[in-house]
Amino acid sequence: MKNMKKTVVFAAAALACSAVLADEVRNYRAEAVAMMKRDFKAKGIATTDRLHEDGVQAVCNRSGDNPPKDIAVRLERDQLDAVKYPADGKLMGDWKAGEKLAQSGRGMTWSDKAGVPGGGNCYNCHQISPTETSFGTIGPSLYQFGKTRGSGPDMQKYVYGKIWNAKAFNLCSAMPRFGHANALNEQQIKNLVALLLDPQSPVNK
Amino acid sequence: MKQRLSTLLVAAMMSAAFAVHAQQPARKAAPPAKKDGITAEFEKFREVLEEDNPAELFEARGEDIWKNRKGPAGASMAQCDLGLGAGVVKGAYVQMPRYFADVAQVMDAERRIVHCMVKYLGYNEADIRKQPFSNVNKTPDHVSVITYVAAQSRNMKIAAPQKHPKEKEAYNIGKEIFAYRAGPYDFSCASCHGADGMRIRTQDLPNLRKPAEAIRAYQGWPGYRMTGGFMLTQQWRMNDCFRQQRFPEPSYLSDSITALLAYMTVTANGQVYKGPGIKR
Repeated sequence: MKNMKKTVVFAAAALACSAVLADEVRNYRAEAVAMMKRDFKAKGIATTDRLHEDGVQAVCNRSGDNPPKDIAVRLERDQLDAVKYPADGKLMGDWKAGEKLAQSGRGMTWSDKAGVPGGGNCYNCHQISPTETSFGTIGPSLYQFGKTRGSGPDMQKYVYGKIWNAKAFNLCSAMPRFGHANALNEQQIKNLVALLLDPQSPVNK
Repeated sequence: MKQRLSTLLVAAMMSAAFAVHAQQPARKAAPPAKKDGITAEFEKFREVLEEDNPAELFEARGEDIWKNRKGPAGASMAQCDLGLGAGVVKGAYVQMPRYFADVAQVMDAERRIVHCMVKYLGYNEADIRKQPFSNVNKTPDHVSVITYVAAQSRNMKIAAPQKHPKEKEAYNIGKEIFAYRAGPYDFSCASCHGADGMRIRTQDLPNLRKPAEAIRAYQGWPGYRMTGGFMLTQQWRMNDCFRQQRFPEPSYLSDSITALLAYMTVTANGQVYKGPGIKR
């Protein structure tokens, strides 16, 4: 009985403590997510399931894009394992089509139509061909990419994989996972690989 | 009025000239200049126009609604408390979002103004929600009132309060929404606005985690859009950011947007607001 009393007192004290703690250390993140799920509505192709984090997003969100190394390595491997390479083994397409695609910032917004292929959004963030002076700086410059790194089979495979799923190489990269997200199809990615690696591409002139 | 009309005409001509210019693709060799010709040209226009911003037309319309419009019960916006007392407009814009006891909620300026127009002037909230933002055909009345209220804080220091627990809560939740990555592109607000010196194409992106840069985002809104000739508000800016973030659409005047505006405004506290801006 005495013990029980002690336990009750202890439990009450613990509860009081946690109430104080809960007041000070509120989980604003969880509150923010719940609020967004209340406030955001589906529009066109932009459905509300987009508000849910997948595994990679969850890890990056909870670590401020700086996950513990062992977790990052494991998840990067998972992402890399899921990259689908072309069945015909050819990774280089047409650099001219790639340049056109790199220019387009369309795709996946609520004002884009379902079933219409999106753009690569590449120039939004990267310098690429020297002829295009309107380029963003969120990603590194890709000018002379193939000229400085070569364009052999290994480099082709890396670039194809990187565009298909940038998170396979850097878990919390700012770059979208274009293949993984079905934002770009196989042929489109091949054309972008050519834009970066084809010796004839203006990128490598 | 005549002077206003001539200003508008000049603005329209400049917009047209700008539009033609914008169609000519830039073809220069690398390394490119930080600002392209179009951007430089636009900034020149903006300097000229800042002296006599066409936003003043909407400001005047808003002032008329604020001062003269009567609701069905004879009420007017003189009864609307923007946080500094009933009918007080001077300095109110830069002191929102804030907690309003009558609704037990934190409201940003746009949300509070719409609330008052519904309550006192008898506007139908459902109608406002049908077209919350301006387009070429129509700048809704509430947008004009927002422009008027914003202009009444011109050259004043931003001072969004953080005293009430709900105001702190809005800031903290806004900060989390800002950093939340999701959707098909894995984007958050911070993907574009979380570091220094970033650009999309030639558009400079302010780092909204820093006071001196948060003011750059706050500064332009509400803004007169030259291509189209209408006013756009902070709520519109947030809405279009989420479109480009590949998210679903935030409801107009929702808690999430108020929270984000609280985060951005509090970050910009102490900076001087120059009044309604001009946009491409």
